[in-house]
Amino acid sequence: MSNGLTVQNLSAYYGRARALFDVSLDVAPGEAVALIGRNGAGKSTTFRAILGLMKSRGGAVHFDGQDLARMPTHAIVRLGLGYVPEDRRIFSDLTVAENLSVGRRPARAGEAWTPERLYEIFPNLAELRHRAGARMSGGEQQMLSIARTLMGNPSMLLLDEPSEGLAPRIVEQMIEAIARMKREGLGMLVAEQNLAFARLVAERVYVIEKGAVRFSGTMAEFDAAPHVRDAYLAL
Amino acid sequence: MSFYVVQFITGLASACSLFLVASGLSIIFGVTRIVNFAHGAFYMLGAYVAYTAIERLGPALGFWPAALLACVAVAAIGALVEMTLLRRIYDAPELFQLLATFGVTLAVEDLVLLIWGPNELLGPRAPGFKGAVPILGQLFPTYDLLLIGLAPVVLIALWLLFRRTHWGVLVRAATQDREMAAALGVNQKWLFTSVFALGVFLAALGGALALPREAASHDMDMSVILESLVVVVIGGLGSLPGAFLAAVLVAELNAFGILVLPGVSMALSFVVMALVLVVRPWGLLGKPEALSRPPTGAGATRWRPLDTRGRLAVVLALALVAALPLVGGPYALNVASELAIFALFAASLHFLVGGAGLVSFGHAAYFGLGAYGAALAVKTLGLGMAPAIGCGVLLALAGGIVFGWFCVRLTGVHSAMLTLAFSQVVWSVAFQWTDVTGGDNGIIGVWPAAWAASPQRFFWLCLAVCALAAGLLRVILFSPFGYALRALRDSEPRAATIGIARQPMQWAGFALAAAFAGLAGALYAFLKGSVFPDTLGIPLSIDGLVMVLVGGVDTISGGIVGAVLFRGLSIWTISHTDYSRLVDGALIVALVLMFPRGLIGTISARFKR
Repeated sequence: MSNGLTVQNLSAYYGRARALFDVSLDVAPGEAVALIGRNGAGKSTTFRAILGLMKSRGGAVHFDGQDLARMPTHAIVRLGLGYVPEDRRIFSDLTVAENLSVGRRPARAGEAWTPERLYEIFPNLAELRHRAGARMSGGEQQMLSIARTLMGNPSMLLLDEPSEGLAPRIVEQMIEAIARMKREGLGMLVAEQNLAFARLVAERVYVIEKGAVRFSGTMAEFDAAPHVRDAYLAL
Repeated sequence: MSFYVVQFITGLASACSLFLVASGLSIIFGVTRIVNFAHGAFYMLGAYVAYTAIERLGPALGFWPAALLACVAVAAIGALVEMTLLRRIYDAPELFQLLATFGVTLAVEDLVLLIWGPNELLGPRAPGFKGAVPILGQLFPTYDLLLIGLAPVVLIALWLLFRRTHWGVLVRAATQDREMAAALGVNQKWLFTSVFALGVFLAALGGALALPREAASHDMDMSVILESLVVVVIGGLGSLPGAFLAAVLVAELNAFGILVLPGVSMALSFVVMALVLVVRPWGLLGKPEALSRPPTGAGATRWRPLDTRGRLAVVLALALVAALPLVGGPYALNVASELAIFALFAASLHFLVGGAGLVSFGHAAYFGLGAYGAALAVKTLGLGMAPAIGCGVLLALAGGIVFGWFCVRLTGVHSAMLTLAFSQVVWSVAFQWTDVTGGDNGIIGVWPAAWAASPQRFFWLCLAVCALAAGLLRVILFSPFGYALRALRDSEPRAATIGIARQPMQWAGFALAAAFAGLAGALYAFLKGSVFPDTLGIPLSIDGLVMVLVGGVDTISGGIVGAVLFRGLSIWTISHTDYSRLVDGALIVALVLMFPRGLIGTISARFKR
């Protein structure tokens, strides 16, 4: 198995309802890939199935050569596959600094992320470090959610709709932060509905609709295939 | 005046052990979402193991190290229970978790009896704290003062542990969002085990510290777990300062209640708990529960009314059972009548749990109210059997209406705790109000009318009444009212959008289930010819839940089958072994682990494959 993330014929179920149909995708180390689709297309479910958060799943998922099929979530994350959930899921009773410390894991290679380095990328957080998570704006929570995952020193990130519900000014900061993470060598799979945002951060794209991958290719190939966009992404 | 001061200080000293046990319960609930019924058992183990440790190791190690070692040993036992039992059922409905930990409690009670024998053990006094000091002219044990000082120290130590250590931050994170903690690489398994071990350590410490004040006995677990539950619920599940405050409150209520209202002192803290829950549903310092899992696990399969073949089979089975007097003697008929009565009791509980999705830990209260209502109607009003049974049903219905009003105001664990509290109130009234209920001596001489006096006639009466009543419950489940209850069970918001209000519907369901339980209880009074407080005790409530569980919460008739199997088995084990609680406890634990959908549910699921 090669390095990076490889997903083959992933399926997942909510009770008896099938949510994913043979989803296959891969992300090379250091590569940024977008997973785009409408609301309910299966983006979040794909992430949850990769991380073992769905009880009932099938297919094969490998990360850096390791088979994730029977691994509990925390062990998968410890391999270096960080996860930033769609709804941010900040621990609202904990302060910013405490939220960061929950994510703390030793670095496998290179320089470890520390709260101080993260406060450089997300300057807003530095001022809030002793504030409870409940008393933060949506944008600040999104920054904290990413920073908290980075504290685990992942080599690849699963980012679920990082631009959702953010003010344009915050989205710009987010794009900057993602660019910085790419420079640090992080691979990432970004689930998005916002095409403009996806285009700015990713080199390759998968289009997902009704739990199945309908298109895959480079950003240029995607732009050259307007029928894909009309069929699966237009309202 | 000084007498009241002494009473107050004694109350504070009792609050210490109560706080230790309750804080452990609260911490465990906070993270694992399990209400650990076995916590009282660990408290008891703490006292017994400390007794032995101080006796054997005390001379070499000293009193305090030996006592602490004992608590660590009990914590290790707790960790073992967590790893082998609880780990498998974290995702199970609340009902199963409570039953499993109750099974552990039963087993521990008999194990303690086996190891340490039936006699109370009076612990050694703590060195350096054997004397007394005068306060306001009254002599005061220095050991009590030590306990009063210790409780706030433990509270502060726990606060520091959760606020200032990385482990504490992880625990608080997992308390709030387990899945997210796992998605950040936190290994929940060991986090949960360590939290459980800490909670058990606190319970054991409470037991060990109580040893110099009161003797260790093999039934000390029940009163402690009930009081701790009251404390935790009043203080707010998961809140340590809340547990501290409530422990003091409850201990003082006990200390002064006995002076002011000696007749109902036992019920006092439960009444206060009910009042607190109605005013502040999440306890004094608790926070609203964000999300709650399905409490009962019902609703996974679709229920269908019986078709013609099914009806025929039921009639045939009833006819077969009705022919029992042809082959069975008086004892067999007596047992069969009892099974019929418990089948109705279980069916009424199943209606509540499986049908309405409400967990009741005090359903026996209504069974007992029915029994007491009927017995009192015979004894004080001089009524005949039939009107007396009617009185029993009415009393149970009245109880269901009054208590149900409170219970449906809450949901999930909180509502279940309230049912437990009310059943304890009813129990202590029956136990303490000797003038009317006869207290522990019960009411005797409640015999059936002449036309139903022979064993076979009484059996036929029981069979007919119970079959009709259970059938009626089933019919109700398939009536519009039953559909409304089931809709609320499955999803309150969805039911609300089609105009079904939760509280009035569930209130009616609760009262109805109480009335049917009362009918079973009234029959039981005439079967036994007597009524005792244990007809409304918590063990019977739990037995009822086990019957429903054995049959399968998710089946329509599971309660009936479960009642016959489980009650039959307990009648058999009580007459064949001295350690029936050990057998029952082990059985409950095994059932929860092996048949998460109940026996009938699991079997019918196999057939459908």
